[in-house]
Amino acid sequence: MTTNVPAPPKAPLPSWREKVIEGLIWLSGVSAVVIMGLIFFFLLREGLPTLGEVAWADLFSRRWYPIEDLYGILPLLAGSFLVTVGAVLIAVPLGLVTAVYLGEIAPTWQRELLKPIIEVLAGIPSIVLGFLGWVSLAPLIQSLGAPTGLTAFSGSLILAYMSLPTIISITEDALYVVPKEYRDGALALGATKWQTIWRVVLPAARSGIVIAIMLGIGRAIGETMAVMLVTGNAANLPALNAGIFFQPARTLTATIAAEMGEVAQGSTHYHVLFMLGIVLFLITFAINSLASWLVGSGSRRRARQ
Amino acid sequence: MSAKLSIQNLSFTYADGTQALKNIHLDIRPRELFVLMGPSRSGKSTLLRLMNRLSDLVDGCQRRGTILFDGQDVFAPEMDVFALRRRVSMVFAIPTPLPGSIYENLTYGLKMAGLRTPSLLDERVERSLRQAALWNEVKDRLGDSAFALSGGQKQRLCLARSLALEPEVILLDNPTSGLDPISTSMVEESLFELKQQYTIVMVPHSVQQASRVADRVAFVLDGEVIEVGDESQIFVYPQDKRTEDYVTGRFG
Repeated sequence: MTTNVPAPPKAPLPSWREKVIEGLIWLSGVSAVVIMGLIFFFLLREGLPTLGEVAWADLFSRRWYPIEDLYGILPLLAGSFLVTVGAVLIAVPLGLVTAVYLGEIAPTWQRELLKPIIEVLAGIPSIVLGFLGWVSLAPLIQSLGAPTGLTAFSGSLILAYMSLPTIISITEDALYVVPKEYRDGALALGATKWQTIWRVVLPAARSGIVIAIMLGIGRAIGETMAVMLVTGNAANLPALNAGIFFQPARTLTATIAAEMGEVAQGSTHYHVLFMLGIVLFLITFAINSLASWLVGSGSRRRARQ
Repeated sequence: MSAKLSIQNLSFTYADGTQALKNIHLDIRPRELFVLMGPSRSGKSTLLRLMNRLSDLVDGCQRRGTILFDGQDVFAPEMDVFALRRRVSMVFAIPTPLPGSIYENLTYGLKMAGLRTPSLLDERVERSLRQAALWNEVKDRLGDSAFALSGGQKQRLCLARSLALEPEVILLDNPTSGLDPISTSMVEESLFELKQQYTIVMVPHSVQQASRVADRVAFVLDGEVIEVGDESQIFVYPQDKRTEDYVTGRFG
């Protein structure tokens, strides 16, 4: 028996248009990498001389007082850490619970009302939130008994509020794509709604939830203006006591923003500020790597499944 | 003989106005394999989902009439719907392993019901896997992900998962859809074992499957029960012209 094998269709020769379009796409892809590399190179060029000008021991000392050539970055690291950790502690539980309510429990009309509102919240400029924090949140915190209202905690609250829409929105999307069959399967086994959410839906949405949290943290740690307005900006190493969150704090970002305008280009102070930039860069890089590792290990496991 | 499930004048309408079931009367006896047969979209799955109130999840639907399970009204306000679903368990057309290992899949339901003793859990896992004819294939890899199983194994896993709860009634919504003939016959063989112990209500994959496995059959068309009877009666001496046309393959 003979069979007619149809000749494979000839691939159309790419015309000059195809080539131009391909070239443009290639260019935009490559330019992202090149720009990234240039930024990093610039950061290193301006920041690394610090290491020749300031001793390591001085860099990790407890005093930041550039006028007297004291460049201890520990208070700034501690400030960034306090504000960010506070924000995460507030935003993550609140964001997850809100997303679960919206995605799993709320009746349709509430979801359709609330979801756009939450997404609009993400668009509020950070300076507006900072201003609100300054005029209303700080006095409130002071009236509750803190020596000043401009504290790390105020910054955490503002940052938490800023990262909430991101966390809620992405978590809800992650819950939405969990197949309906999982819920039916669990309910058919006699699970209550809560058991279904806790044991089946949340684990299934895990990688999306990790992304949501990481993007929320990313937004919090890089934020400058809002934080500058409400944290008091005192570059002191916070005292380790119960009131640790209720002291003024100064973050890495706020330091760069506040001092860069007044510094002599090429001075030691200038180089140290860029060093802070490098440190920030490394922190965000570490967080992003951690996120992709967490998500990756989840999907690798699924791939084996 | 008293009915295990007694469906009494049951009607069901979806929110969009589609009337899925019209005045259904059916008695399902203990330890029989009862088959609901009919063309697609005739209301079989809807009826199945009403029996353990998975229909509660449908918004804006309307129901009249009721279902008695061992004489109790399943729609009564005091009915514990979660306990009901453990006693009247459901296996879906598309196997739905939950994320996690084979062992975890089998113990999900038990743990949610509050059973935590490891030795008891192990015992239930082995027994239900044996009943679903899956034990020999997975006994050495209970810790592996349930998603690694083949389609037929997944379906038997879901069956085993229901059996682990020791239900009284098993609802099977086309449990062999998408299975190859060998897996299908393995599932069908385990059904013969299971009906010694359980009451089974099944929507079959095909008319042929219905005739192979059923004790009694109801022919459902457009939300109405056209004819109910023993397997031999329905397939050999159907009373209604429409039943005859369906079982001889003239439509459906």
